Amino acid sequence: MQISIASGKGGTGKTTIATNLAYFLKKQNKTVTLLDCDVEEPNCHLFLHPTWTSTEKSTSKIPLVNMSKCIKCGRCGDICHFGAIANIKDTVLVFPELCHGCGGCSIVCPTGAITESEKEIGDVQTGTADGLEIVQGLLKVGEPMSPPLIRSVKKYANTDDEFVIVDCPPGTSCPVIESLKNSDFILLITEPTPFGLNDLKLAVDVVNELKIPFAVGINRSTIGDSTVWDYCKEQNIPIILEIPHDRHIARAYSEGILLLKALPQYEEKFTGILEHLQEVLPS
Amino acid sequence: MKIAISATGNDLCSTLDARFGRTSQFIIYDLDNDSYISVDNEQNLTSAQGAGIQSAQTIIKAEAEAVITGNVGPNAFRTLTAGNVDIYLGTGLTVQEAIDKFKNGTLQKASGNNVEGHWM
Repeated sequence: MQISIASGKGGTGKTTIATNLAYFLKKQNKTVTLLDCDVEEPNCHLFLHPTWTSTEKSTSKIPLVNMSKCIKCGRCGDICHFGAIANIKDTVLVFPELCHGCGGCSIVCPTGAITESEKEIGDVQTGTADGLEIVQGLLKVGEPMSPPLIRSVKKYANTDDEFVIVDCPPGTSCPVIESLKNSDFILLITEPTPFGLNDLKLAVDVVNELKIPFAVGINRSTIGDSTVWDYCKEQNIPIILEIPHDRHIARAYSEGILLLKALPQYEEKFTGILEHLQEVLPS
Repeated sequence: MKIAISATGNDLCSTLDARFGRTSQFIIYDLDNDSYISVDNEQNLTSAQGAGIQSAQTIIKAEAEAVITGNVGPNAFRTLTAGNVDIYLGTGLTVQEAIDKFKNGTLQKASGNNVEGHWM
């Protein structure tokens, strides 16, 4: 089962929850893979210190147009939602940095004028730490298009594992959607501040659209105001995790030590997540 | 010959919009009979990426052979060039003033993009 840790707002504690949840589940003798899909800035490794065992290049497909076969029907440009291929007068322009690599243009081309070439977009690294399988994507510097790399990272998930934990990028745009795809459950991490609430609402809109069961976790729960609780109550969204603002957590974090290793007393918080999952999901 | 002007409003008194991809309107001005229409670019204002390319396609479809705007990025430049649209740069002008300057030949013609793409 795929459990994704997401948030609208950045810096709410996605990685803290994802790494510790993965570590906790492993300690419960579950088989677990952790996927770091925040490929612009993967940071799970900072707390898990994995031994990397393999690095593979990841590529995305970009269209290559053979103008001698092109009949200028315009279908390729019409199907591309990202404007990555444009039919201009007598020519077809391709903008690789806008291409999501879906291959739609080559499928709709009636004359076979479009083939696909490979463009290197980054690396996928796999490793282990404390018996956990870890996979991370590392986007090439200057490459603006992360969804194809996120797709590659997710292919490495071992489907036999009881749990695949996905650490998502922040926000609510394409990279987040790509990361959330095929989730069985989503945990949205927020903080009890006006910013936290605003971005939580955006994330809830996305998750509702995806029709995936979800719950909220509140990090630094002892700061801010009560509006996140009020909102969740009003929307009937379960809050299954609350982690207080604790100087000891910040200290462990700054030293790259996993929360549950530094402060094992927080384990019960993660027991709560597992219990909730067992309640809402078919085993 | 038609020319396109990126504009903040839909008439000749509007200000020239320095932005090409995310201008709110294009005035398409027909030099042959001194008439014009405005084309809404609102949809592009909110697009995440590729606004310059889309705007270029809009004015190519409107059969403009030249455009007057403030800044063009690399993708807009490439698209406009492929569509044989000449690019002229202006700043701090009304649409009417921009057209007058175009007619006098006192606008600077762009030979490449003068700004970088927004994701760089």
